[in-house]
Amino acid sequence: MVDLLTIKNLAVDFQTRNGTVNAVRDVSVCVKRSQKIGIVGESGSGKSVSAFAIMRLLDSGGKVTAGEVSYNGIDLRRCSEKEMRDIRGRDISMVFQNPRAALNPIRTVGKQLVDVLHQHSLASRQNARHKAIEALAAVKINDPKSCFSRYPFELSGGMCQRVVIALALACNPRLLIADEPTTGLDITTQRSVMELIDELITARQMSAIFITHDLALAAQYCDHIIVMKDGEIVESGEPESLFGSPQHAYTKKLVSATPRPGVELRDLLPPTLSGEPLAKMSVVVPSNKPLLEVKELSKEFNTKGSAFVAVNKLSFTIHENESVGLVGESGCGKSTTSSMLMRLLDSTSGQVIFNGSDLFNTGLREFSKDKRRASLQMIFQDAGESLNPRHNAATLIREPLSHLTNLSRKEIKTRILELADLVGLPHSLLSRFPHQLSGGQMARVGIARAIAVNPRLLILDEPTAALDVSIQAVVLNLLADLRHQLQISYLFVSHDLRVIDLMCDRVLVMRGGEIVEQGGVNQILNDPQHPYTKELLAAAPAPPVKNDSVEKFRQEESDLLALNTVGF
Amino acid sequence: MSSDLGTASVVATPTQPASYQSQSTLAHIIYVLRDNPVTLIAFIMLSVLVVCALFGHWIAPYDPLATDSSSILQPPSSQHWFGTDNVGRDVFSRVLVATRLDLQISIMAVSLSFVIGATLGAIAGYWGGWIDIVLSRFLDTIMAFPLFVLAMGIVAALGNTVENIIYATAIINIPFYARLIRAEVNLRRDSGFAVAAKLSGNSDLRVLVQHIFPNTLPPVMVQVSLNLGWAILNAAGLSFIGLGVRPPTPEWGIMVAEGANFIVSGEWWMAVFPGLALMFAVFTFNLLGDGLRDIVDPRKRK
Repeated sequence: MVDLLTIKNLAVDFQTRNGTVNAVRDVSVCVKRSQKIGIVGESGSGKSVSAFAIMRLLDSGGKVTAGEVSYNGIDLRRCSEKEMRDIRGRDISMVFQNPRAALNPIRTVGKQLVDVLHQHSLASRQNARHKAIEALAAVKINDPKSCFSRYPFELSGGMCQRVVIALALACNPRLLIADEPTTGLDITTQRSVMELIDELITARQMSAIFITHDLALAAQYCDHIIVMKDGEIVESGEPESLFGSPQHAYTKKLVSATPRPGVELRDLLPPTLSGEPLAKMSVVVPSNKPLLEVKELSKEFNTKGSAFVAVNKLSFTIHENESVGLVGESGCGKSTTSSMLMRLLDSTSGQVIFNGSDLFNTGLREFSKDKRRASLQMIFQDAGESLNPRHNAATLIREPLSHLTNLSRKEIKTRILELADLVGLPHSLLSRFPHQLSGGQMARVGIARAIAVNPRLLILDEPTAALDVSIQAVVLNLLADLRHQLQISYLFVSHDLRVIDLMCDRVLVMRGGEIVEQGGVNQILNDPQHPYTKELLAAAPAPPVKNDSVEKFRQEESDLLALNTVGF
Repeated sequence: MSSDLGTASVVATPTQPASYQSQSTLAHIIYVLRDNPVTLIAFIMLSVLVVCALFGHWIAPYDPLATDSSSILQPPSSQHWFGTDNVGRDVFSRVLVATRLDLQISIMAVSLSFVIGATLGAIAGYWGGWIDIVLSRFLDTIMAFPLFVLAMGIVAALGNTVENIIYATAIINIPFYARLIRAEVNLRRDSGFAVAAKLSGNSDLRVLVQHIFPNTLPPVMVQVSLNLGWAILNAAGLSFIGLGVRPPTPEWGIMVAEGANFIVSGEWWMAVFPGLALMFAVFTFNLLGDGLRDIVDPRKRK
């Protein structure tokens, strides 16, 4: 195999208000022909910046300060901008994270493809349309002819990503760089998109660089994996050896933090500094007393005369102290359901009995004054977006306390400190604004606010979807501990069955506004009955390691562990 | 990021070094000024205006209303820096003293239109539906008029006073605020923090007033600042055509109007200096916008 792309000692600096940031340091990568490389790392590890540096697409503040990038013998750092334009798209092309942002919203899909073909003189006026339709057919879009004249907003997320791939591959490039190509897509769509990319690059004997935060995904589709942390490569190798016996402390931590079958929540956490075993997770036994009974709940939305049924005759029960998972893909009605249960949205028909009384007997507007408001709280998917940017952490946690309780000022102050301790938020951070907190810290503020008024039922709307895997591990453990300590029932909404497996007693699988299957978490995950549940399970990327190898390196040297903990 | 580490009951949370302290508002203002030299210049220019407005009467070397038949239409000199006008009044003193009236008119007009516009816009943006439709069409109607002509009509109908200039200027500016705030509120109506505020027991009104509205301020501040300059021009324009402020009150618009007659005969200073003062004020407010926005935006804090 011949080297297609060689990167030697690449370094990228960013000039920011707080001085120079070394985003990438001393990165060397070699991509051979027909090789699929995966770059794995958490947010801020410099994986995307490296890719942008290769393409010379860095933001104005970023600059390559050292190193060599050569593609097929051409020195990319010294190319003129004109030569670079020829290389981009024709030799190296990119697929971006958000397909909707990558497509021009006011031009039809076909026109955008024709533009690319013209740019690289690969089509004449006569055959451009034909070639563009061919390119759409290559990414397996149904009816490529009608897709040619459609606008991006008319297509689903998965379809948009296919169009982006068609654009990237239209000029037969030799190297494809995919930056989180399936983040934000549903799990079954992710699978089909990844299979498609994999099939196309194999058929065309292309090389590829996949940038992802998902270890399992990288392990499944790449030949060689590079793990990055804080701008540096910490480890690289074949997926099996890398994940089977990781050498670097950071890789070990990443691998062990990834949820997978057969492990418990505590296994996701790195060992403590002192090497003591972690406190055992207490087993929570749900009672048989129902807390929330949902009976034939339906919601219709009327748009332009036609009714759309978002939720159709939903019936289920959540018992006291029980954690119920709600699984489904985007548009299945899970958000509508949680809004109705939180009394933020009226239902069209049906009944919800909460703790013995009908939830809908109080009007939507009066509910903010209702006694039950405090009992129903929620933790949001995007913690950052759910925090008012003008309030600091203490004010944010005070908000429900001052409206929903009769505590005095002094008592509220004590309670805020108590809550901060409970969720592990250092008191010094209470004066910070949301944008001054990290993702994990924002999640903690959101959790503290939700549990402040002692709710009975907490709806968790994908609480860890936006978090890095190691922080997800910590937050999941925190949530499980809180459930035990505070005796709350959870409705855990997620698309990630592995997380549901760790967090829930029972699962509801939802599709098209209906529950297609429900049952105990073990039964659903090990013996699914409904074809949709089976499809969901199959679509989840296979976890990179078996459990026993994780156990093995959990017991290894403790000097590495110190490193492990300080890093995050 | 060490705090991302421990679960409360599992791992003791490592205490963070208390190196970080949230900036005070004053420290933040100083930071914004240092960060952007244009903002610093704008604030220096603004303070010049404010000093003139507050202390103009004391600084002025002559009485702005005192006529002196022995020195009429004198060109600028060491005695009369900006020259004298056709009845022998000192132009420098008059320009200086006029600052207060002009700033008063523009600030009061802009405050009034901001308060009314923000209320209407926030209601339309938050509740939507028929309230939104009625309010929006009403505001569109105001905008359909040539605004200066509308202001002229209002002053002519209500009477020729300073208050009426303020009302007229406020009315023609209401639609701009209402539209901007309507859009900003609408954008945040279903945002996570608004839903979270409802879950915390806030009524709709409180969600709007305490949570959503303050977040719309940064973009609105740019509008406020540009509008201040525009309102000064508008007031000067009305005075220029003889509506509103009446001579011999020192006011930039009237002074330009009075001086205009003498430009042809070569006495340029009577019109040029108040004109430059007008330009200086408008320019200051135009530069000020970005700085004001950064000051009210907590996300710009370090």
